[in-house]
Amino acid sequence: MTEQLSVFVDNRPGRLNAVTGILRDHQIDIRAMTIADHRAYGVVKLLVSDPRLAHRALVDQGFAAALKPVLAIAIEDRPGGLHELLEVLAERSINVLDAYGFVIAPGQRAVWCMEVDDPDAAARLIAARGLEVLADHELYRL
Amino acid sequence: MSVPVWNPAVEFMEREALERLQLASLRQTVAWALETPFYRRRLAEVGLTHPEDLGSLRDVRNLPYTTKDDLRAAFPNGLLAVDLERTVRLHTSSGTTGMPTVIYHTRRDIDHWTELVARCIVATGATARDVFQNMTNYGMFTGGLGLHYGAERVGMLVIPASSGNTGRQIQLMRNFQTSVVHATPSYLLHLHAALTGEGVTVEQLRLRKAFIGAEPHSEETRRKIEALFGIQAYNSYGLSEMNGPGVAFECVYQTGLHLWEDAYILEILDPETLQPLPEGRTGEIVMTTLQRQATPLLRYRTRDLSHLVSGNCPCGRTHRRLARIKGRSDDMLIVNGVNVFPSQIEDVLMKTPEVGTNYLIQLEKRGSLDRLVVKTEIYAKLFTGDPQTLDDLRERIGEALRSAILIKPTVELHEPGSLPVSEGKAKRVVDLRPAF
Repeated sequence: MTEQLSVFVDNRPGRLNAVTGILRDHQIDIRAMTIADHRAYGVVKLLVSDPRLAHRALVDQGFAAALKPVLAIAIEDRPGGLHELLEVLAERSINVLDAYGFVIAPGQRAVWCMEVDDPDAAARLIAARGLEVLADHELYRL
Repeated sequence: MSVPVWNPAVEFMEREALERLQLASLRQTVAWALETPFYRRRLAEVGLTHPEDLGSLRDVRNLPYTTKDDLRAAFPNGLLAVDLERTVRLHTSSGTTGMPTVIYHTRRDIDHWTELVARCIVATGATARDVFQNMTNYGMFTGGLGLHYGAERVGMLVIPASSGNTGRQIQLMRNFQTSVVHATPSYLLHLHAALTGEGVTVEQLRLRKAFIGAEPHSEETRRKIEALFGIQAYNSYGLSEMNGPGVAFECVYQTGLHLWEDAYILEILDPETLQPLPEGRTGEIVMTTLQRQATPLLRYRTRDLSHLVSGNCPCGRTHRRLARIKGRSDDMLIVNGVNVFPSQIEDVLMKTPEVGTNYLIQLEKRGSLDRLVVKTEIYAKLFTGDPQTLDDLRERIGEALRSAILIKPTVELHEPGSLPVSEGKAKRVVDLRPAF
């Protein structure tokens, strides 16, 4: 399973770029990024080329950061591609807590990342349907 | 103009007679105090075992001080000077810092307190013909019942509205032609701002006077309240350890608050050296009760700062005047009339593992009401990455603070290391409210 990096940041100018600056200094690539905004603060969620290194670098600089397993699934980039995946989860009553997606090769391949309430069961189901759950190294090499 | 007065014999008493009365009452108070385990020990330490050991009023300076911590340590009955069955009421503090405090009253104590409040009310020119709406909290807060009893004694029609619910307050004011109110100054400003929303104009009210207290306020705030409502506003001073309201009050001349010296011995001391300060110099108010049998207090250190107004008041009262309260000699904060110690907030934060040790308390004015913001840093090691957990944490801290300090602050979570770091005496409190 993929490790997602979450970072707590104050909602004020300069904080987000403090995070990206640390990642640049360690030559870490960002695959995807999303921000959960809670007015006074936000939680930045990142998929990066080296989550362990990024986590350590941020913590060393005083950030509150955490690693969390998420499912990254390769889907086809075409109408209905995501729907087929979500249908599988709905059939088995697996709840999606948080999710985001990004396109790797337009018209061909996209990645869907999600936190679910039962990741192991979800991973098994998805694999059984012939969809590809990306392992860390696969994702990072994309 | 004739000066309205409730008890002319006492209020206009010659100083010499007043001081004789004080000495007799002080001896009586020491006799009562000797009935308590706390003072028996304290007075023995200064070699005082009999009330007649007090030769003159100046001897009050040989008496031991009493502090809030003493009241906590003596809780519940270490300062009780009568059998419990002789008491008819108690007022207790919330005890949020650990130990609560309690003041007991006998029927006679309540009667004396009521008399003092009646004097205050009449000194402002309010009469039995007034309709009095008491907008302060009833219950443990002494402002509610204290003014209530005094106003009834004067013969006013009393509306025990208690605090809050502004729409209903305005409705009561209209329905019953309220002419006098008692509230915190910030609440009256809030009430005025709410009138428009209720579709009511000041002209539709019959208000003519307000008693304002429980929080420090400036002369400008008083004049603003007077101008907004077209009324007179009178400054009230009291504290639960000295009964509550009725300790000192302004008369119609509004030139300082007459402190009832037949009921209290007043000292203004340098809070550092505890030396008496001359008239006009600001220091800590230290008071000795003279009429309270159930819980007599000797030289109670109020921590409130003020000075004595020099000269005689045109009203002719011989009881000296305190200037409006300037602040505190400790770090207590007054937020919308509620007393808050930063240590109470710190205790809650320190018991919350998910937040670090740095914090900042910020006080702001939102409209006319105070707003308390507690800023704290999340503790990096316990950060889970889940935003919902953070919202729950904020809510949990807010609730814990509400049960500790009785008001719910706005809780802000910040990045580790983003708040000023504590270096010795860190500046933990930022008061952005307009100063006075």
